[in-house]
Amino acid sequence: MAAYTVNNDVLTVQFKGEIDHHSAGRMAKEADELITKYEPSLLILDFGGVTFSDSSGIAVVLGRYKKMTAKGGQTELASVPKSIKRIFSLAALDKLVKIRENV
Amino acid sequence: MYLSNEMALSFPAKSANEGFARVSVAAFAAQLDPTVEELAEIKTVVSEAVTNAIVHGYKETTGIVHIKAKLYSDSFAGKIVITVRDSGEGIKDIKQALEPCFTTGADDRAGMGFTIMQSFTDKFRVTSSLGKGTTVLMEKTIVRRS
Repeated sequence: MAAYTVNNDVLTVQFKGEIDHHSAGRMAKEADELITKYEPSLLILDFGGVTFSDSSGIAVVLGRYKKMTAKGGQTELASVPKSIKRIFSLAALDKLVKIRENV
Repeated sequence: MYLSNEMALSFPAKSANEGFARVSVAAFAAQLDPTVEELAEIKTVVSEAVTNAIVHGYKETTGIVHIKAKLYSDSFAGKIVITVRDSGEGIKDIKQALEPCFTTGADDRAGMGFTIMQSFTDKFRVTSSLGKGTTVLMEKTIVRRS
């Protein structure tokens, strides 16, 4: 299970390890379960512990963004490693969600 | 440039092998002394190509994914040429498949695989034949650091 913290109505989910087609489904599902449980107004996806991501990571972010937006909530990304940031900007994710340096 | 080394890798189209494939090719490419960033790019493009073979090439069926990697070098630079081949169903419309955000996959696919492969390599070519399979060829130059 992904580590997470809840502070008022801010849910921070800490992703760990490698995000690819093999692992992305489980990560997305775990985040979704937490969103459903805590109904946060702000979701922070913390990539500080992520060592690799291919385009599967884009879909993980987009899916959670859509889920949050549907309920009027916001999504932000934190501590995204440089190599993953490049992939996210190719998909223009940085135009959609705020990418902050730290949690 | 002369061919300095080559390798081949074949494995069943199981998603658990995506990590194995990208790490193996990256370990092989390490002979060219790439930067951490270049290594990350090689891992990413291999991951994208192998995922495509598994998700789109073989879909619900199974089959073998073949990777070949060749290293070329001279005194100024090195180059890695990677081909990822499947014998799956092939791509109906390559032009459309190359468009950013186009996917025939489910919600969990971003449609960015080919865009990333193009951005992170110096040369990129995809050949496909319906019912026969798809081959992706990627070249990346690694400039020697002094």
